[in-house]
Amino acid sequence: MSTHTGPRPISGVVLRPFSLSVRLRPRALLVGLALLAVLTIVGVVTLTTGDYEATVPEVIDALFGGGPPGLDVVVRRFRLPRLLVAIGVGAALGTAGAVFQSITRNPLGSPDVIGFTNGSATGAVLAILLLRATTVEVAAAAVIGGVLSAAAVYLLSYRRGVAGFRLILVGIGVSAMLTSVNTYLLSRASLREAQIAQLWLLGSVNGRSWEHVVPLWASLVVLLPAVLAMSRSLAMLELGADTASALGLWSGKVTLGLLLGGVALTAVATAAAGPIAFVALAAPQIAARLVRSGTPPLLPAALTGAVLLAGADLAGQQLFGSLRLPAGVTTAAVGGIYLIWLLGREWRKGW
Amino acid sequence: MVTAMKSMAIQPAVPSAHAGRLQARGVTIGYEERVVAADLDLTVPDGSFTVVIGPNACGKSTLLKALARLIRPRTGSVWLDGQAISAYSTKHVARELGLLPQSSLVPGGITVGDLVARGRYPHQSMLRQWSPHDQQVVAAAMARTGVSELAHRVVDELSGGQRQRVWLAMVLAQETSILLLDEPTTFLDIAHQVEVLNLCADLHEQGSTLAVVLHDINQACRYATNLVVMRDGRIVAHGDPSDIVTEALIAEVFGLDCRIIPDPEVGTPIVVPVARPGDPRRRTAGN
Repeated sequence: MSTHTGPRPISGVVLRPFSLSVRLRPRALLVGLALLAVLTIVGVVTLTTGDYEATVPEVIDALFGGGPPGLDVVVRRFRLPRLLVAIGVGAALGTAGAVFQSITRNPLGSPDVIGFTNGSATGAVLAILLLRATTVEVAAAAVIGGVLSAAAVYLLSYRRGVAGFRLILVGIGVSAMLTSVNTYLLSRASLREAQIAQLWLLGSVNGRSWEHVVPLWASLVVLLPAVLAMSRSLAMLELGADTASALGLWSGKVTLGLLLGGVALTAVATAAAGPIAFVALAAPQIAARLVRSGTPPLLPAALTGAVLLAGADLAGQQLFGSLRLPAGVTTAAVGGIYLIWLLGREWRKGW
Repeated sequence: MVTAMKSMAIQPAVPSAHAGRLQARGVTIGYEERVVAADLDLTVPDGSFTVVIGPNACGKSTLLKALARLIRPRTGSVWLDGQAISAYSTKHVARELGLLPQSSLVPGGITVGDLVARGRYPHQSMLRQWSPHDQQVVAAAMARTGVSELAHRVVDELSGGQRQRVWLAMVLAQETSILLLDEPTTFLDIAHQVEVLNLCADLHEQGSTLAVVLHDINQACRYATNLVVMRDGRIVAHGDPSDIVTEALIAEVFGLDCRIIPDPEVGTPIVVPVARPGDPRRRTAGN
């Protein structure tokens, strides 16, 4: 066939090491590297600034137990876990958001809009108020609450498969109900307990310790690769379930697998940092625009989420002086503006 | 067009083990409580251009989906190469039969070349994403459907006719010997309809087996070597259109009074509805 030497009809570049072949999108690669660079800068600033200013070499020494007196405690006990939680939670929420937005084909189909985050919150608030639970128990309750509410949304909206719009509408309904449950629980609690619960409900990486880092990252090490490995399948699902199945994808199974992965990512993220608003909503959309892809790409969305949350936490600490805004408040404020802009744009498109 | 399929026409509607690689045997299909097709037997003869036709909601698309294993029948099963189709892996099935569903979704911002390349999915793996053979097949599929020039255009910006040809190219890139097409001519104007059907006829001539759901009985008669006529989830008649399409059959299946005349181009039946009783231009006296 003479077409062998013709121009390549597909976009991107193809690498052919040995007898293998891998398709790459140069732009996605560049965006990924740029996001990693930004994340590194945010990380370095987070570790070096604060009440105890230090230079980069001092912080590196402190990480290994050296450096100026006291700095090792500040860095290793406070700043590093906080940074790791912010990065991990941001990456988890970015990935989960991209998964749900792809499956529902709607930027509003992100886990914080369709009730999963509120479900986690209900679990956590119940644990705080009724069981007077420890940090780890609150996290576990948040995971259980998130998974249960996701299961409820899935079952209520399931009808011969999962359709995007139904999932979103049912999700928004469930979310609203859970919000009122949370408010009711708070109104019945004693002042002190209500305060603890309210603090958790703000969503923050403040005061996070290795107790949060270890379970979060242990889950991410399993979940992130598992979900990222499905990104080719997710791309096929964008053709519609029938077409994807006709091309050899087990659509139902893959959809369920991706949903489970997305729910698990959201749950562990919320368990670690409380309900963080808008990262799952905004990160995939920002990543899609950076990569110039019509649909949210998973890995860039994960990196964008990490940059967003670590950046929001840093901004909350630095910009408002002694106010020290929790990251959840910062992301909610920025995300609110973004959401209004997004909705306005969608409506103008006739959505 | 009309080839040596005459022998099929006189056979009863029971599949024999040798007639076709793809068969439905005693298949009942339904959604929830509603039964769409009951106890169907159908063989897609190898090398045939099979066209399924019938009134709206007669179960023809559902049957095609069952043949492509997108729907699991309640009873009976679909057989491919002498085995129940459910016994194969989905990728294996996708290498043997290609399906163009009635509606597919276009991923936002995708280019024509990238969309056609999705057809190679059943032949690829995570570490074999684009072989030289993939490239050849995709280029050839695009050339056959006349979309090579559009390779780097964004699919969203194409006309309906162009888009349909892109979807066809994607199914051709799947490199299957059996093709199932669900109303490939909907949303197209008549010139593009003929273009798509001529392409199907070319594919058939070159050895592909086709099973196509069509809406237009006259197009069905012209292109089919094996016509399957359905009504209310049953197969009413099947065989060479010239043998089975009669005024009585059309009246029974579609509830339409008509006359059958030969197609001046190829001699296949053409269904002409009888004129409105009071129409002064009417040329024949009553019925």
